[in-house]
Amino acid sequence: MSVFILRRVMESVFVILVMTFLVFFGVSVIGSPIDIFAAQECDQRCRAELAQRFGLDRPIWEQYILFLGNALRGELGNSFQHGLPALQVILHRAPATLELAFSAVFIAFAVGVPLGMWAGLRPSAWSSRAIMTLSTVGFSVPTFWIGLIFIMVFALWLGWLPAIGRGQTVSIFGLELSIFTLDGLSHLVLPATTLALFNIALLIRLTRAGVGEVLQSEYVRFARAKGLQPSRILLVHVLKNIMIPVVTVIGIEFGGTIAFAVVTETIFSWPGMGKLLIDAIEVLDRPLIVAYLILVVVLFVTINLIVDILYSVLDPRVRLGGRAR
Amino acid sequence: MSAAAGTSVDIEERPFRQFVRDFTRSPGAVVALVVLTGVLAAAALAPVLSPQNPYDLTQIDILDNLQKPGSESMSGMKFLLGSDGQGRDILSAILYGLRTSLIVGAASVFIALAIGVFVGLVSAYRGGWVDTVIMRIVDLQLSLPPILIALVLLVLLGGGVDKIILALVIVQWSFFARTVRGLALVENNREYMDAARGLRLGGLRVLFSHLLPNCLPTLIVIATVQVASAISLEATLSFLGLGLPPTEPSLGLLIANGFRYMMSGNYWVSVFPGIALLVTIMSINVLGDRLRDVLNPRMAR
Repeated sequence: MSVFILRRVMESVFVILVMTFLVFFGVSVIGSPIDIFAAQECDQRCRAELAQRFGLDRPIWEQYILFLGNALRGELGNSFQHGLPALQVILHRAPATLELAFSAVFIAFAVGVPLGMWAGLRPSAWSSRAIMTLSTVGFSVPTFWIGLIFIMVFALWLGWLPAIGRGQTVSIFGLELSIFTLDGLSHLVLPATTLALFNIALLIRLTRAGVGEVLQSEYVRFARAKGLQPSRILLVHVLKNIMIPVVTVIGIEFGGTIAFAVVTETIFSWPGMGKLLIDAIEVLDRPLIVAYLILVVVLFVTINLIVDILYSVLDPRVRLGGRAR
Repeated sequence: MSAAAGTSVDIEERPFRQFVRDFTRSPGAVVALVVLTGVLAAAALAPVLSPQNPYDLTQIDILDNLQKPGSESMSGMKFLLGSDGQGRDILSAILYGLRTSLIVGAASVFIALAIGVFVGLVSAYRGGWVDTVIMRIVDLQLSLPPILIALVLLVLLGGGVDKIILALVIVQWSFFARTVRGLALVENNREYMDAARGLRLGGLRVLFSHLLPNCLPTLIVIATVQVASAISLEATLSFLGLGLPPTEPSLGLLIANGFRYMMSGNYWVSVFPGIALLVTIMSINVLGDRLRDVLNPRMAR
């Protein structure tokens, strides 16, 4: 067991190392940030000064070694644009993104699982077909467009909800959160629902397939034969068993949700990490782009590591047979 | 499995007719096929159908900007779906944008599929360290969300049709490689493969004329659905301003441009291209779902 975990941890570290290499050199190839930051009247000397200030005058491999050494100490360089440590700038924005992502996952569960169960229990009813059609639409509709439609309908036409920004936040354990104020909540509804749509569609399918399978199982038939209340069978025996794959998939999809928040945040001007990335790309703020990517890679690798370890605990075949693929 | 055995008897008799009969059993799939055919035809005939060439700046008059659907331009042309901020006819822009979207989606999937099939087959057939190295690269890439990889690539590469196709190929090949490898490993243990090897056929021949055809049904299904997701991804990237140049707007860029005007009540600039995009993607997805049910009863949803 510990050998397996150790091997996976080492693999993860290696992956992160490879990614820092790719990201750093990749980002270093693109246009010169000096061109963007230097003023019009900036001559050769002042450009050289700028290059020196940002450390761009050294050979690229030296920059990389420096970068790696600093990264180990948690320093990912200063943002050109903000003049602050890139990591600090990003982490400052992280609560907004995480709040959005968690709200989206919550909405996806609250909507997707009941709809999927309904469709699984009555596979041929017209309501179930409508639900499945809905899930196909959810898979198909581009997230950014549905976000625009939400803004148009609920903010512009009906005027029920605000379209952009984050609203009032309260500080909880030093984190700025908006779910605890009415204003913040009203700002959260549209972006979170937009971000949730794909997961809702996914959960409907997963849950439906799971329910269909579990209903055929021996233990459900036995529970029925015992004369248990149908509602009890459904909520205890069926729901419990379908939750394992559902939670796994949503866990793995969480990274994707955070990545897709880039799009949602751009539409709704939500001040999270994703919006920060898009803004940084526009002005070629290299340290910020690099720091964001590395942070996301670390996050992903960690999620995958945790899922793998959990699996190996639950299913010994995984660690005995190497990776069962 | 039993379902597969049941249909395989009929398939041996009249494969195509059986396929058509199975396929048309779902009215939704037939509708999707008709709609998709219409979309493809509209895109192919864009220069003939559209009232103006939206990429030709001489045909566009800035004074015609943001005309309501149904109104007339200065030169007497009818804006059926309105005009955008530059005075471009939305209908024409949609038809041309549809072309770009479909070409980008189909081309990227085709190239990625070719690479994925080759790499996946080699990986499965050779095994050993080749397989390990390839699959590690694939795992690495699949552990990151496509949108993020594509976004970074486009930042590095810059915009343009060729660049966005390249980015989408890089995003998709690993998915195909893993699927093909998995399929090949399963097929490799079947009797016909033993027979082929027993006949001492060459490695390449076994791979491409025996193993590959048996993987095809699944690949067709996955490729179909993947075209839809590639189109959606391209639109999303263009929306973020990272895809195609503003002079040749794809559907995503049209929607992005319309976003600005929507706040002032000019809904049509964004809404109509979005509907075109949705209809296209959805008909491909419905078609893919149906193909999966018909071609490949083995594969669970």
